[in-house]
Amino acid sequence: MALLEISGVSKNFGAVSAVDRVSLSVEQGELFALLGPSGCGKTTLLRLIAGFERPDRGRIAIDGGDVTDVPPYRRPVNMMFQSYALFPHLDVVGNVAFGLKQEGMARGRREARVAEMLALVQMSDYARRRPHELSGGQKQRVALARALAKMPKLLLLDEPLAALDRKLREETRLELIGIQERVGTSFVFVTHDQEEALGMASRIAVMDKGRVAQIGSAAEIYERPRSRFVADFVGAVNLFDGVLAAGFNAVALKVPGLEAPIALLAEAELPEGGEAALAVRPEKLRLSPGRPEGIAIAATVEGINYQGGVSVVHLVAASGHALKAQMASAAATSFERGMPVWASWDPADGVVLAR
Amino acid sequence: MSAWGWRRWLLIGPPFLWLAVFFLLPLGVVAAISLTQAADAIPPYTPLLTHGPNGLELQASLANYREIANGDLRAYGNSLVFAGVATVLCLLVGYPIAFAIARAPKAWRNPLLFLVILPFWTSLLIRVYAWIAILQPTGLLNRALAALGLINSPILLIYNDFSVVLGLVYGYLPFMILPLYGSLSQLDENLVEAAADLGARPARVFFAVVLPLSVPGIIAGALLVFIPAIGEFVIPDLLGGPGTLMVGKVLWQQFFDNVDWPSAAAIAMVMVAMLTAPLLLAQRFVERPHSSRMGANET
Repeated sequence: MALLEISGVSKNFGAVSAVDRVSLSVEQGELFALLGPSGCGKTTLLRLIAGFERPDRGRIAIDGGDVTDVPPYRRPVNMMFQSYALFPHLDVVGNVAFGLKQEGMARGRREARVAEMLALVQMSDYARRRPHELSGGQKQRVALARALAKMPKLLLLDEPLAALDRKLREETRLELIGIQERVGTSFVFVTHDQEEALGMASRIAVMDKGRVAQIGSAAEIYERPRSRFVADFVGAVNLFDGVLAAGFNAVALKVPGLEAPIALLAEAELPEGGEAALAVRPEKLRLSPGRPEGIAIAATVEGINYQGGVSVVHLVAASGHALKAQMASAAATSFERGMPVWASWDPADGVVLAR
Repeated sequence: MSAWGWRRWLLIGPPFLWLAVFFLLPLGVVAAISLTQAADAIPPYTPLLTHGPNGLELQASLANYREIANGDLRAYGNSLVFAGVATVLCLLVGYPIAFAIARAPKAWRNPLLFLVILPFWTSLLIRVYAWIAILQPTGLLNRALAALGLINSPILLIYNDFSVVLGLVYGYLPFMILPLYGSLSQLDENLVEAAADLGARPARVFFAVVLPLSVPGIIAGALLVFIPAIGEFVIPDLLGGPGTLMVGKVLWQQFFDNVDWPSAAAIAMVMVAMLTAPLLLAQRFVERPHSSRMGANET
């Protein structure tokens, strides 16, 4: 049985539909990401799980128990707020102990648990500090310790790393994964940062306009996106919009501006005449001075964006498509602005997206 | 003096000058008069400095203070009790109102605050007279209760301690509501949610998070009610009975009825001293949240 079971949940704010018929389940021990652009409903969904909002339709069950009508203070979940929401009138210990006090835990056990939590987040030396005396990263640790202190079945994290600077964010990402593995609690976190979701989550739900666009592992979401939105939102992508047509022995995509239709390796049945898009990740695009076998698009190098270990070569195809090819920086040195090249890819690397 | 110091004094000079001319100087005059004796003269007190054989001589005397200390101290006690009770009642009545306004939909808040301030558009004197019309034996309230058959003969609602406290609470309630609202409207909604998320029921959320974080507003409101209520004259004079003696009334009697300026000045000085004590106490309280020691006994 799934730890968290959301079935057909909708939530409207006035005329705005924030969450629209969302169903998903999270298993025990998962590190689950809700990924999407701002306004996609991911934070509202998190607040529905926490109990701060009541769904207009649908049910939410945690560990087999229906919690749809259960107030937040009686749900077996805890939340780490984006702003951390530490109590300014209590010190670090007071903050971490707050939830345990509500439980009525005996003083001795409470003190032991607080000490254990502070050790877990490496904040034992700051036990008597007040929130305003802590740095952003320290506040984040205290907020995490406070939310984990009650040992919830499910921990909700709202943009856990958004308030940290880039370097600290990457360290903290690994730490969060480590802590999650150690405590074994399921984490559901909200993020707008696809790197964060891909790098941390065991599974990701990509959300768009209040609906779940796709659920899958990081590799599935990235390698096999199921819609144009997912392909475009998660990572960089080269997209070719066209119409499906019958080819020699398979379906092909007729793209306006390209002389030859692109032959597709179709896994599913594709309706002839339907609109579709082909997505090719920048790192799958190969560039060569001479025309290679198979699919090839004539293009001109627009510029090269050096990013350290890798470089992104920006191209403009003869058809007018703007393309990106990512490669090792050493390989990118053989290209220069204005140079005519052929862009090609292995047909297996092209993902067909029905529209 | 450096250019910076010179400019700094230019900036902070005017408020200091204002304080000196319009507060310290008058206070000094009152203090000086409190050390003289009443006399049948213009102004009606003996001079503090006289020309004697040895030049200028200081004629200061603490007789007025001695008189206060040996005399009837009930008026001072009454003032403290009335002001204290009024402050507590203002807090109990004002907190739910301020809380409701702070939690009201945004579009409602300003109109509601406007309603709180609205009574100030009429003079306090007129509003107190209106209370007389409501409370007197043949007043609105007694007639209404009689018409409803709840009472047979008028009940005494005015010229007693009840009507004085009622008047004080009515008159000073806005001074309690406004700072409380200021403090409660700044409360981060996430803190309330975080407390609920950690298992606190609504009542616990209030006492463990909302109330402690509104302490600055409570202190400001309490001072704004307590300090003027101690010296209040109009309300006890118009709504109080012969038994309700407050410092403001005693001061009025000494100054206007007995034309005893020095004694009135001494009473005023004692009042200032009485008010300084709660101010200093409050300052300690307000400073406490900034020290890292508070909450050290948590857990």
